[in-house]
Amino acid sequence: MAYRSSVDIHTEWDIVAARQLGRNEAKKVGFGTVDQARITTAISELARNIYLYAGAGKIEIERLNEDGLFGIAIIASDEGPGIPDVRKVMEDGYSTSGGLGAGMPGVKRLMDDFRIDTERGKGTKITAIKWLR
Amino acid sequence: MYRKVPQFVETHLEEIIDSWKTRMKDEHGEKFFHIMPEEVIERTSRDFADLIVSSLTEDSNQYDEKLHNFSERIVRLGWSISLVMKAIENFSDTLYDLLRKAEILDDSNVAEYFDILNNWIKPLRQEVVEMYSHTWERTVNLQKIALQELSASLIPVFDKISVMPLVGTIDTERAKLIMENLLEGVVRQRAEVVLLDITSVPVVDTMVAHHIIQAADAVRLVGARCMLVGIRPEIAQTIVALGISLEDFTTTSTLQRGMQEALALTNRKIVEVDEQ
Repeated sequence: MAYRSSVDIHTEWDIVAARQLGRNEAKKVGFGTVDQARITTAISELARNIYLYAGAGKIEIERLNEDGLFGIAIIASDEGPGIPDVRKVMEDGYSTSGGLGAGMPGVKRLMDDFRIDTERGKGTKITAIKWLR
Repeated sequence: MYRKVPQFVETHLEEIIDSWKTRMKDEHGEKFFHIMPEEVIERTSRDFADLIVSSLTEDSNQYDEKLHNFSERIVRLGWSISLVMKAIENFSDTLYDLLRKAEILDDSNVAEYFDILNNWIKPLRQEVVEMYSHTWERTVNLQKIALQELSASLIPVFDKISVMPLVGTIDTERAKLIMENLLEGVVRQRAEVVLLDITSVPVVDTMVAHHIIQAADAVRLVGARCMLVGIRPEIAQTIVALGISLEDFTTTSTLQRGMQEALALTNRKIVEVDEQ
């Protein structure tokens, strides 16, 4: 049975709550400090994107166990405007908010699996997985 | 009716409290009463019943004061608001059942009874909710102030060298404060080298990095150099993975090493002296 918990993102402080949840779950799965930092940073980026671009959404954390392989999944979903050009978003240095533009490609590098489902005007769902080695 | 209800409450107090407790136990399980000492429950339920009597017999000023004291005490006991609401509801249900059983209440005067009930339940609920939200608001405000006190002060350590230790989560508001304190401090303290210590920043994501880079750029504009110190190994790895370039910075793992570099930059060093 996969264990899933979630945090709604409405304010900047919810990002901290999501991060805290992620760190606790990562600890429970058995990740070391480096991977814990990777996972919490990834959550921070995804949650901030929700806060900045969609206004509201949620971060779900799921503990995974597939054929004895343990891991953690971050599912960030919102009903915001969607991402118009996914390829551009994944380029380093691309930002529409004056930021560093390292968030999305950064999350991909921080995690093992990364998937974006997005539809204009409907919302975005990003799933990022880290496996325990 | 207005006399009979308080009279009944006063004479049947034990019975009401007992049956109310049973009802609470049925709904919340034993755990509700386990977490607090028996005498607290006993006293609180008695006060509560007393409050009801007072709401029906005493004038509104006296009642308001009692109500205020009562809700203040409940809040201080730290019971959850939903539990207190449930307790109030259960109490009135219990009273209703018992009044029915004692045949004080029948179909002819039930409307009148609900009128009485409304008059004490409503202000009671209102007061409890207000007291809770007041307490919460106060707590949040105090914590905000406490957080701000923790925030970012620039500390002059040596001539020309200042340190800003950053502790905790950096959000947009704090980032702004950091920037202001940093620039103001650099100018006032005539610092030439500023060390930003991020040992106690739990997460460095792109936003935090962005703010740090901006702060460092601004420090450069007022004629000083900014060093980023206290980069823990796991933070170093996430910064690399995020692809954040900190090439324009001098960075070190600890404040201690940063301080040595800062001294070197200002053409000084610390030497041990022979004591004689």
